[in-house]
This record gives sequence, structure tokens and C-alpha cells, in this order.
Amino acid sequence: MTFKLAASPHSHQRRTTKQVMRWVYLALVPGLLTIIYFFGWGVIWQLMLAVITAWVAEALCMKLRGRPIESAWHDHTALVTAILLGISIPGFAPWWIIVIGTAFSIIIVKHVYGGVGMNIFNPAMAGYVVLLISFPVQMTSWPLPVQLSQIDLSFFDSAVLIFTGYTPSGYDLEQLRMGADGMTMATPLDSLRTALNHEMTIDEALQQPIFGSIAGLGWQWVNAAFLLGGLVLLKVRVINWHIPVGMLLGLAVPAALAWMFSPDQSVSPVMHLFSGATMLGAFFIATDPVTAATSNRGRLYFGLLIGFLVFAIRTWGGYPDAVAFAVLLANMTVPVIDKYTQPVAYGHGEKS
Amino acid sequence: MSAAAKKAIETGKIWTFPGGIHPPERKELSNHSPIGQLALAATYVVPIKQHTGAPGEICVAVDERVLRGQPLTQSTTGQGLPVHAPTSGTVTAIGPGRIAHPSGMADIVIRIRADGEDESVPQQGLTDYTQVSRAELLDSIRLAGIAGLGGAGFPTAQKLALQRPIDYLIINGVECEPYISADDRLMREHAESIIDGAEILLHLAGCNKGLVAIEDNKPEAIAAMQDVLQQHPHFSLRVVPTKYPSGGEKQLIQLLTGRQVPSRGLPIDIGLIMQNVGTAYAVSRAIRHGEALTERVVTVTGEAVAKPGNYWVRIGTPVAHVLQQTGFQAQDNEQRIIMGGPMMGFTLPDVDVPIVKISNCLLVPSTTELAPAQQEMPCIRCGACSDVCPAELLPQQLQWLAKAKDHEGLEKQNLFDCIECGACAYVCPSEIPLVHYYRKAKAEIRNIAREKAKAEIARERFEARNERLEREKEQRLERHRKAAEARKKAQQEQVKSGGDNPQDAVQAAIARAKARKAAQQKAADEQASSNDEDNA
Repeated sequence: MTFKLAASPHSHQRRTTKQVMRWVYLALVPGLLTIIYFFGWGVIWQLMLAVITAWVAEALCMKLRGRPIESAWHDHTALVTAILLGISIPGFAPWWIIVIGTAFSIIIVKHVYGGVGMNIFNPAMAGYVVLLISFPVQMTSWPLPVQLSQIDLSFFDSAVLIFTGYTPSGYDLEQLRMGADGMTMATPLDSLRTALNHEMTIDEALQQPIFGSIAGLGWQWVNAAFLLGGLVLLKVRVINWHIPVGMLLGLAVPAALAWMFSPDQSVSPVMHLFSGATMLGAFFIATDPVTAATSNRGRLYFGLLIGFLVFAIRTWGGYPDAVAFAVLLANMTVPVIDKYTQPVAYGHGEKS
Repeated sequence: MSAAAKKAIETGKIWTFPGGIHPPERKELSNHSPIGQLALAATYVVPIKQHTGAPGEICVAVDERVLRGQPLTQSTTGQGLPVHAPTSGTVTAIGPGRIAHPSGMADIVIRIRADGEDESVPQQGLTDYTQVSRAELLDSIRLAGIAGLGGAGFPTAQKLALQRPIDYLIINGVECEPYISADDRLMREHAESIIDGAEILLHLAGCNKGLVAIEDNKPEAIAAMQDVLQQHPHFSLRVVPTKYPSGGEKQLIQLLTGRQVPSRGLPIDIGLIMQNVGTAYAVSRAIRHGEALTERVVTVTGEAVAKPGNYWVRIGTPVAHVLQQTGFQAQDNEQRIIMGGPMMGFTLPDVDVPIVKISNCLLVPSTTELAPAQQEMPCIRCGACSDVCPAELLPQQLQWLAKAKDHEGLEKQNLFDCIECGACAYVCPSEIPLVHYYRKAKAEIRNIAREKAKAEIARERFEARNERLEREKEQRLERHRKAAEARKKAQQEQVKSGGDNPQDAVQAAIARAKARKAAQQKAADEQASSNDEDNA
């Protein structure tokens, strides 16, 4: 009788890539619920479109590459890319925005580079940047928090808006974004940038109703919810602390310094931390292991770099938020970070 | 080792090592019953090489009757390690046979048909080993065939023969690999002999401090050893936290001393020497009783055996016999027979291979307790592997480099510092058989180095030959030149001294030949003219 041969070890911890990915999207749920609560149902439709597009694109690529289609769906990485992109774009953006973005993420950024584990750039963020540059109007038309909006949109009204550009009662997106005074309202970060450009002080800018108690109505709670989800990921050890802590420090420390020296022209560190895509970026986007640095020390530097770039772009750059650009720029530096942060192996240190 | 370093060690401090994992231990499956005995097998298969180093020369013949403990091989150089007959019987064959090796390769084995008498060679022990010279003691240990029983199989005497300063002898009873409880049971039942062996080893190492390390998941063994150690002030007990692979030589050194063995170095480079508890026991048996190493404790475990536990198994017992005696029932065609533990053991293609000196465990798991490996998925660079690597390597980088056959990159990433503990592959969510890739890459690199060394030798030889030919040619020319010169000189001297110039003789001969030719020509001409006259 012959017996089965196998390479050691014969014992395996049963946590597959699929399970890792499942934790990631489960941890996104609190943030998602908060977005729905404050910004309406649009995000759900965006997610559905993103997931369907991702699956179709993934299947197409696997077929073209002559690989088994099922194995690609098994690991759920495309699903996470789709969900991150779906969350990142404005909730009522026209349907083709998310379709183009997701298809670009999966086909160009992921599969052209060799599929799972081989891509250099974060697929969701590369897709986001392509959309932001190509369709700046649609990509910056963020809905108002439901609480400030003059018009209530049901779940199906949202779908009609996304697919036709008008609500069933005939409003278009611009009208939806008007406040009580009939002015189009921007996101908190947008408003700040505009205010600063108009030589207003931060304190004056913060008088606008879009700002909540901490960092912008709705946005602060969305960030808090993503922080919560991120802490869950840390707790179940799907991610290590190095990237999120690095990114938050990289953002908060320069922000605090700037705020201390010129409080009139600078955004407070708390505001930085709880607005825009900060928490989503720190815990869910920058932590994408494929495109991050390899060692834990390297990942700390990688996070710090992203945080600092976010601060720099928000403060001096042309775009109100910066997580996507910061992540892509940091992705490019990964080989260099890896080269200089290789840990000292056993027996090579001075301790020997 | 500095005084401060020693002082820190003396405090009993337990340091830590990076990484490590906590796989299910499953030791309770085998550690409840005392070490059992197995019925004698009908045949035994003794590979002549069971240690690191060259095998000895075979000193028995086919059809010869051998007794238990009789050496089957001997070393002419005084370095190799002998193997011994596990029981009395007749040598039936000597030749290639499959041995327990991950590759399933063959080596020379000696087959013995047991006669059931189990008759031993006469044994002579020592009561006071301190009266015997160090060399003699080392020789006794070597002749008893003792190699490290923890897994490496390095000849024990050879390790001790290095005459270098040693600060601590470490007795390793950690046994961190899941399922295995052979050392655990040995410590519970034979603590006295283990410590006796450890004292002998300490005496040979020429140092006066010993550390006995046991993982904290073996409270009974700790109690038993502690009890005995009270009478042995040279030794102190160190209980280390349960974490795989804390029993690895390098990791245990880091745990007990906070220091690291230099890369490609030996523990002795930092004044340490480590021996396994099983080895210490064997040393005690060899010195006190004159017993050769013919049996060892083997953990037979897994859900596919009816009687899991620890057994005294003769070296050379076919695995089939051990499994049959312990009620093995193959579960399905996914059944694996693992020699060693679930982390570092290797699967056997069949059960005809024998138990050897380093076989500490036979694991026959059901597919529910150790599920077969799933299909390898792409690496997502999650880094779980680097978090658990005790050698602080970057396993995923090594994996990319190994797949790309980037040997230079692998060396830069310190591939050869990998101890193949398998922690990385254990946690890998993509179930990449990482260790398998590293082993393959190591073998490739070693092969290339060997080929290179061979080519280098060939090149040197070729160049040496060319040089020699060149030299010989020159010497020949020189000789000819000298001979010609000597001849010339001799001639000139002859001329000077008024004797015949040999050149004159030559000239004379030429002149004679010319004259003869001219005479012949003349005669012919005359003949021709007379013929003309006749015709006319």
C-alpha cells in the first residue's frame, strides 16, 4: 500500500484569503450604515453596480488569461476592491461612473499587472483617481447630509436618479445639493478650501451648517464608524497596527504643528482625522497588503508617508481630499521602503 | 560570555524570540500512558548511515549471526558512528534499501532476521566515569553509536570533542512540536538517568553550569525533573512558555540567554552546547551500563491508530511493524504516514522503511484532525508569515525570489538562516507550501555551488596540466639545446686537439659517393656508345 505524500507542515491554520476578505467587508458594515443614514441610499446602488461590474470584469479577465474562473471568485479580493470603490464615490453619481471605475480597477490595475497579489497600485484607489481626473464634476458632486437636504429620496428614487440623472419628481443632482438658502453646498473639506481661498479664517468657515460638532455633519460619524470597523480588524488580526497608526500620525502630527502655529489658516488635527476618507483610508485602503510595504517597520513608514501626503495635498494641493493620491504615490515608493527596512535576521545582529 | 551576560542568565530570566505560533498541541493523545514495549519484529532493517557524517564500514557478512548491541559497522578513522544490531538474529542481506528520508531515497541497509532469543553482547558499565580519561569516555559514547536524538542526528561525541570554552550546557526537554510526547514521557519516567547523562555531558563539556529547559505544558515532567535536580546543584531548571518553535536550538538559546547564534555559526561559538534529553539518557545508559544505542522512545499517535502512546522501539524496526502493533487502520486514500511531527515531519511513501535514531514520532492522522493541504492560491502579501517567522526573515519575499530562481536575492534575504520550522506555511491564508519552496531553492543553490566547486577544481587541474606540459616541453627543448651545444663543443675540442674532425669523415664519404656515381655514369656512357656502333 502506498500513502499520500505531502510537504510539511501538515498542520494549517484555517484562515483562508477568503476569510480574511470576509472580515474586511464585515468590518465595513458600520461605516456603510452610517453613510446610508447620513447620505441616503445611493451608496447601496453604487455598491451593487460595483460588485456586478467587478464580477463580470474578473470573469472576463480570467477567461482571457485562460485561468479557471471560479478560483478568482473564491478569494473575494475583487469584491473588496468593488466595495471600497463603491463607498468612495459620491452616492448619486451616474451609473456609468462606477462601472467605468470598477472595470478599470479590475481589468487594468489588477489583471494587466498579473492578477491577485501582483498589482503595484491599489486597484480601488487607481480606479478612483482615474474617475476623479476624467469626470471631476460627477466625482465631486457629493450629496448633502439627509438632515440638511430639502428633498427626501427613497431607495428606488435613488436608483432612478443614478440611472437617469433625475429623480422621479424631476429634480436633478444639482438641485438636490442645494441647502435651505438655495446655494449648492459642498463637502466640509471642499467648503474649507473655498473659504480659505476667500481669505476667511477657519473659525468663520466653520460657521457654515455643513460642519457638525467635530468635523462636518455626517462625515465625522462616518469616519468614527470606519474607525470602529478598523479596530475590529486590528482585534481579529486581519491587519497590523503599523499602517493605520503610521497614517494617522503622519497626518495628525503635521496638522497639529500647523494648527499650533497658524490656527486661523489651518484645519485642526481632529478635523483632519475625522473628515474625508481619513479613517476609511487608514484602516481599509492603505492596509491593502498587496500594494503595501512588506515588513512591519516598512509598513509604519509607508503609513507615515501616506498620512503626510494627505496633509500636504489637503493643505497645499489642488484637490480637497487626498487619500487616493497619497496611497498611489506611496505605492510607488514601496520597493525603496522594502529595500531599506529589511529586518535583521536571526544571527545577523549585534546580539549574537 | 561576559560576566554581565552570565549574571543576567543566572537570574533565571526567560527572554523571548520573535514570531512563533500556537498550533493545537494534541499531546494528550499520547502522553497519558507509560512508555510501552512492542513485541519483537520478525525482521529488522538497519541503515548504515543514521547520523550527520560519513557511515562506517560494514563489519558483518550475510548469514552471520549477530547479537543485540553488536556493531554492524565500524570506523577506521575513529570519526564515524557505528550502528548496532537491534536484536539477535542472522544477517540476511546487505544492500540498497529504502530509508526514512523526505525524498524516499535508498541507502545501504543491513537486514536481520530476528531469532527471537534477543540475546545481547556482554555489557560492561562504569561506576565512576571521572576515573576514566576524557578521550576514553568520548570513545565510549561514539562506540555506543549515540547521535543527537532530538532530530539533527549529529554525533554526540564529536560535538563534545571540540576543545573550546563552554559556559553552559543546555539540556533540551522543550519538545515544542505538537503531538510528540516522547521526551515528556522519558522525563517523567527516567529523570534520574537523564540527569545522570547530563552530568556526564557536563563533565565532558568541561563547564560547571547546566540549564534544563522544559515547556510549561508538561507539568508532570517539570515536577519529576525538579525533584531529581535538587541533588544536582550544577543544574538549574528553566520553564519556557509554550510556543512553537521554542525547542529549536537557536530559539531556545535566545530564550535562555537572550543571545543569538551567529549566522552559519554554532552554539559553541558563543560558549554554549545543547543536548536533547533523549541523548542525555542514551549517554547515561552507554556509560553506566555499556549499552549501545539500539532502541529509542517513539511517539505513535494520530487518530488512525487504536493505541496511541509512547513505545520503546528498536532502531531498525520497520514502520509497518510499529503500526501493526499499535492498531493502525488506514482511514482513506488520503491517509498520510508522517515521520516526525505535524510541523517538520515528512510523509512516508510506504511503511517498509525503518525507524532510525532520529525518528521521534510516527503520526498517522485522520483527515479530519489534519486536513490535507488545499490548492495553493496566489500570495496576497498579507505578511502573516513575517509576523510568525522566528528567524525574522521575510518569508513572502523569499517565496517570490525562490519562484523566480533569484539565487542572489535569496542569499541577500538570508535564505540559509531559515530553520524550516513551517510557522510561515502554517499561517499562510493562501496555503502556499512555503517551506517546500525554500528547501527546493536551498538544494538548487547547494547544487550550483557544488557544480561550481567541481568546475573550479576541474579548471585548476586543467590549468595545472597545461602548465606541466608547457614546462615539460621547455625542459625537453632545453635538454636538446644543451645536448646539441655539448656535441658542438666536443667536436671543436676534437678539432683543436688535432684529432679527426667527424665533419671530415662525412665530407670524405660524400666525396667517395660522388666518385662512385661518376664512375658508374662513365661506364654507362661507354656502353651506350658501343651499342650505337653496333646498330649503325
